[in-house]
Amino acid sequence: MNASTPILGHNSRLAGRAHAIRRHALKMGKVQGQGYIAQALDCADILAVAYFHAMTYRADEPEWEGRDRFYLSIGHYAIALYAALIEAGIVPADELETYGGDDSRLPMSGMASYTPGMEITGGSLGQGLTIAVGTGLALKRKGSKSFVYNLLSDGELGEGATWEAAMGAAHWRLDNLIAIVDVNDQQADGPSSKVLSSEPLDDKWRAFGWFTQRIDGNDIEALVAAFDAARNHGEPVPRVIVCDTLMGKGVPFLEARDKNHFIRVDADEWDKALAMLDEGAGR
Amino acid sequence: MSLMKKTFAKADPSKPRLTTSAMIASIAGPDQKTEAAPFGHALARLAAERADIVGLSADLSKYTDLHVFAAAHPDRFYQMGMAEQLLMGAAAGFAREGFVPFATTYAVFASRRAYDFICMAIAEENLPAKIICALPGLTTGYGPSHQATEDLAIFRGMPNLAIVDPCDALDIREAVPQIAAHPGPVYMRLLRGQVPLVLDEYDYRFQFGKAALLRDGADVLFISSGLMTMRTLEAAKALAGDRIDAAVLHVPTIKPLDEAAILAAAGKPGRLVIVAENHSIVGGLGEAIAGLLMRSGVFPSFRQIALPDQFLDAGALPTLHDRYGISSGAVVARTRDWLGRSAP
Repeated sequence: MNASTPILGHNSRLAGRAHAIRRHALKMGKVQGQGYIAQALDCADILAVAYFHAMTYRADEPEWEGRDRFYLSIGHYAIALYAALIEAGIVPADELETYGGDDSRLPMSGMASYTPGMEITGGSLGQGLTIAVGTGLALKRKGSKSFVYNLLSDGELGEGATWEAAMGAAHWRLDNLIAIVDVNDQQADGPSSKVLSSEPLDDKWRAFGWFTQRIDGNDIEALVAAFDAARNHGEPVPRVIVCDTLMGKGVPFLEARDKNHFIRVDADEWDKALAMLDEGAGR
Repeated sequence: MSLMKKTFAKADPSKPRLTTSAMIASIAGPDQKTEAAPFGHALARLAAERADIVGLSADLSKYTDLHVFAAAHPDRFYQMGMAEQLLMGAAAGFAREGFVPFATTYAVFASRRAYDFICMAIAEENLPAKIICALPGLTTGYGPSHQATEDLAIFRGMPNLAIVDPCDALDIREAVPQIAAHPGPVYMRLLRGQVPLVLDEYDYRFQFGKAALLRDGADVLFISSGLMTMRTLEAAKALAGDRIDAAVLHVPTIKPLDEAAILAAAGKPGRLVIVAENHSIVGGLGEAIAGLLMRSGVFPSFRQIALPDQFLDAGALPTLHDRYGISSGAVVARTRDWLGRSAP
């Protein structure tokens, strides 16, 4: 680390966090032999910047009143958030071995009552932003300075309730609400752009009255700048960061897969994936 | 398959012209004592004592009596617009942050449109959000788009969700603080506008989760909820003239059901048990009680008064209540029939 360039140093530490999140996720994938692993790899950079740059929280007190709230409406991405919660010290690292097992606190889909740091039960898509609107209003009633973040996916935008919430957030001028859309152009039946296109996304959010940024969601520097701009934006409007990401990011043979919405990997391939991930990070 | 249209009804000049009972219709009879907006006033009073109460509407505050609360506590009223999924999600958000939100809309929109949001965002986490819904069962002549004839069938299957079906203004005003005090989610079927007041004539107080025997009788036991308790009380008075002695057990909490009180009353031998409800015959109070009796080995003669399993007609409410058998006259006639007693 170079002391004269603290920002770069900070960003390279964030890259290290993102790498660690990817490793945790791959290890959990290995436990089950399957999972939404390509999504975890694609949004690891977003989670690293959220948890290690933007958000305020206490690892040993996940329900601390002063925390920023993080809502994962895409319950499918639970493996990604578990990885971030492990890296943040909110979930113990050795719990990773229980992923998806009987009586585990880490079920395949994210459940608020199971996992420390998992704020909402999000598996039924399109609900997160509606809850975030209520939370944004409630935080204002309490005079709280906390933000509520909601990680959505492009496929999830097909659920109309998200747009009810987008209207509501703008109507109520919720400047404490930051939505992040992971645009990886993949959903269960194929590319989101072919299943039900939600583009042009930045135009849509802007038209709904949101402060909108669209960035490369695998670019740490861009993410840091976008989270800063979202938090510090002067207008009393909700904020969204539209993040274009690459499914399987960091593991070339997963990046190259056609059908990577839900991935099954042979037992020996998990170690290969981990090795490729580490090799890429070393370059 | 052809789509059937209704046949054209010619106006009959010998009959008075009845108008459609639209959303602002009252269920009160012409001579009935009423109170205005008991829910709105009760919530406004409660909110004066409890700072954690907030009220949310989906563009129907005037039609759910929430406008009374909104006028009394404007800073605690949240208009979410015609967006019931947002309404329920936002209620969950408020409840997560320590508030007790009262979310109001019509019963059809909560049950049919926003079910998944109530189920996953609210009930799965057992959050104390209160869902207060007007136009339950057949309380509008507007047609099936606004008639929630199946809301109990829909909601009874949802874990954690308590269900309250009050009878009159007294029931509603007493239920509001108890619903607020309940630690989990509650769905209440709301009578709005000029709401009849009938239970003040009985030694009765609303108790969350409890049934109440309003009158005793040797021949028939009516078990009823909601506005049908008014009807069974009226029917019991009329039947007394025929020397038919009818008891009325009022069950304002559909879930959790007061099983002990129901089993004690229905287990008393020699009475015809008639469950009366303002709901489809499928999946409401009647079937809940039938299931309870069967499981418990209590087998009285059992009948149901309920709306038929069909989409109901539009029209004037008194006509429809007669047509579908939930007017007090219809209750009396069917009870006589089941007892093998002809009209005097």
